[in-house]
Amino acid sequence: MQALLQQFFDFAIMARALPLLLTGLGQTLVLCLVVIPLGLIGGLLVALTSLARSRAVRWSAAAAIDFFRAIPPLVLLIFVYAGLPFAGIRLSPLAAVAIAFLLNNSSYYGEIYRAGIESVGHGQWDAARSTGLKARQALIYVVLPQAVRNVLPDLISNTVEVVKLTSLASVVALPELLYSADMARSITFNTSPIVLAAGIYLVMLWPIVRLVSRLERRIAS
Amino acid sequence: MTSNRPPILEVRGLRKSFGHLEVLRGIDLEVLPQELVFIIGPSGSGKSTLLRCCNRLEEPTGGSISIDGVDLMARSTDINAMRRRIGMVFQSFNLYPHMSALGNVALALRRVLGRKRTEAEALALAALARVGLAEKANAYPAELSGGQQQRVAIARALALGPKIMLFDEPTSALDPELVGSVLKVMRELKAGGMTMLVVSHEMRFARDAADRVIFMDHGLIVEEGTPEQIFSGPREVRTQAFIAEIAR
Ligand SMILES: Nc1ncnc2c1ncn2[C@@H]1O[C@H](COP(=O)(O)OP(=O)(O)OP(=O)(O)O)[C@@H](O)[C@H]1O
Ligand SMILES: [Mg+2]
Repeated sequence: MQALLQQFFDFAIMARALPLLLTGLGQTLVLCLVVIPLGLIGGLLVALTSLARSRAVRWSAAAAIDFFRAIPPLVLLIFVYAGLPFAGIRLSPLAAVAIAFLLNNSSYYGEIYRAGIESVGHGQWDAARSTGLKARQALIYVVLPQAVRNVLPDLISNTVEVVKLTSLASVVALPELLYSADMARSITFNTSPIVLAAGIYLVMLWPIVRLVSRLERRIAS
Repeated sequence: MTSNRPPILEVRGLRKSFGHLEVLRGIDLEVLPQELVFIIGPSGSGKSTLLRCCNRLEEPTGGSISIDGVDLMARSTDINAMRRRIGMVFQSFNLYPHMSALGNVALALRRVLGRKRTEAEALALAALARVGLAEKANAYPAELSGGQQQRVAIARALALGPKIMLFDEPTSALDPELVGSVLKVMRELKAGGMTMLVVSHEMRFARDAADRVIFMDHGLIVEEGTPEQIFSGPREVRTQAFIAEIAR
């Protein structure tokens, strides 16, 4: 029991590891600031493509969405980071993560947006177009605000997943939170830094998870 | 109507199919300035489709439509610029739920007519006043009764200065006690000289407000005449059957 506590909850080691982990947390937040907006914008483009009038465009969008959702994000990341150099494209860890996440997240965010857009009744388009608004204007001013509101819990849930997935960046030696914790673990031969990292993720994400449940309940009522 | 002024709406040989289903099979229709034309007919006869073709929310399969002399089907016609001349009011109101009444009316004023925000809001407020809802300007659709929502929808179309207004069963989603408030606004529009094409089964309203009543069935105009002729002495058997049906 004593040994177990020491291996996982050694507070002295946690305290020593904390500065390193906080630097890692900073990197994680930077990553989030890059990949979340990219995913939100990419997802919107994907959704619009999958709603396009041309069947060929719709089908290619659907194929791309399926492809990037079926590929494990870790495989995608390693391919982009380690595979592309053979095609003469050498990327920094951050760029590799940004590209892999853009491909992966856009598909997920895209499907959420699409569900949101489809949840808005056709009468809204009719009303908007009948007053002379162009399709793009009807989308921006009338349909998207309602669509986003309807799928806000899903958008936020997906964002929580994205934050968690940023820990994958450790495999391309990007010193984010998990990478830093693992480094501290291998220096101290003790698992406590990993537990501390888990605690930091929890503190960061738990309020957001609560918010999602509240939003879901509000929408259900 | 013995007006020799050119029609506001002129529909010639209008056809519309959805796949193999022929919904409009050659409609000829004119609506003269300040005229109120009523369209009645059984469910599925193509009334809504006809209205929706008149502003190309539905793309006609054949025939021609012109508004105020402008060919709606011409390649050179800017359909968005024309649509603001063609007000449309829907059975289900279709107000934007995330905007106030004022926002609903002001949106196209800003984005289509390019008016500045304050100017658009002043015009929107004036339009809301015309339908008796100036004091509800800041209310959201969910806070309004069905009758009030429909009047906001009328104001939304009216604010753009339409040449003609198309109404598709504007009162049939309303509780009976709220129908009157919408019909009152429509009567005022008529009195103010608005040209209107109305799909509705409000016979009393048709009798005292309509200039002409058109009976449609299976995508064709079967019979047309004054409200008196159509409601009290229809010639065609199908019209007689339909009038008997709705009069019950
Ligand atoms: N978008 C569409 N796609 C396929 N069929 C359609 C479409 N819109 C209408 N129809 C069909 O066209 C026919 C005419 O429909 P329309 O809505 O114009 O009738 P209506 O006279 O307005 O009927 P109601 O009194 O029930 O409103 C119906 O058979 C309908 O099912
Ligand atoms: Mg209809």
